[in-house]
Amino acid sequence: MADPHPLFDDTSAAGGGGGAQPGRGYGGPPPVSSPYPPPASFLREPVSSLAVVYGSSLASQGRDIVDRNLDRFIPLGRLKYYFAVDTVYVGRKLGLLIFPFVHQVRGVRYQQDTPVAPRFDVNAPDLDIPVMAFVTYILVASLALGTQNKFSPDSLGLQASSALAWLIMEVLAVLLSLYLVTVNTDLTTINLITFAGYKYVGREVSPLLQNSRVWGQPPLGFCPPPSDTRV
Amino acid sequence: MAFTLYSLLQAALLVVNAIAVLHEERFLRHVGWGSDQGIGGFGEEPGIKAQLTNLIRSVRTVMRVPLIAVNSVTIILLLLFG
Repeated sequence: MADPHPLFDDTSAAGGGGGAQPGRGYGGPPPVSSPYPPPASFLREPVSSLAVVYGSSLASQGRDIVDRNLDRFIPLGRLKYYFAVDTVYVGRKLGLLIFPFVHQVRGVRYQQDTPVAPRFDVNAPDLDIPVMAFVTYILVASLALGTQNKFSPDSLGLQASSALAWLIMEVLAVLLSLYLVTVNTDLTTINLITFAGYKYVGREVSPLLQNSRVWGQPPLGFCPPPSDTRV
Repeated sequence: MAFTLYSLLQAALLVVNAIAVLHEERFLRHVGWGSDQGIGGFGEEPGIKAQLTNLIRSVRTVMRVPLIAVNSVTIILLLLFG
């Protein structure tokens, strides 16, 4: 080809120009060594231009398929509604989670096709608190292990993976039960994940308030904890 | 407590394999969970047994081909990496 394809202009000079094959990114200019022909010369063959076009069409097709299927299972467009929180909401929701007895109005106030952003309604489920609570739980559990001298950096990953596995099991169990009793419900999978994630808030608050095994000693000076405890 | 994501994957693969080997004719029919054994009337709500039967049948149909692939990959990986 006499005219260089615009994707392949100056890959050696500009460094990081568009990749020839899908899925491969260039981190920097490819090394040019003098006895070998310049890296872009094989791309001027007519066959390789066909290969390039085919490859890029494959890439866009693959991306479409992935987007469509991913959208079927995890609606990514709606995820942003679950993270639209503000501090007033978080404060109120944490208060609700710890002390739910005074709450009068339960249930989200208006039904729509799109999930209600939690900014507008305290009852709306959100994903921000569960994610934060999950990470905090892993840190608190590692702290508890550390006060008993059982901590190692691998245990962080083990705790995280363990907690995630239990979460997935719980959501799958609820989904299976919902399917078996043929309940017609508006609950989506993401709602189930949020409700399962709320328990991590209580999971952290209770050890901190208890006869605390987290700290290895009583927080308020009450009876001492037994020596072989774990959180 | 070593319940990791990897063990969850292993358990899921084993459970799906177990569901896939439940043969209709030779086994499920004797238990009474065959696919043509009186699931119930058309208009009424299917009971739990009917839902379970449907679930088993659909898992077997859907997962037959992917299971072959996943099992082969698992066997090769376990042979290579122990």
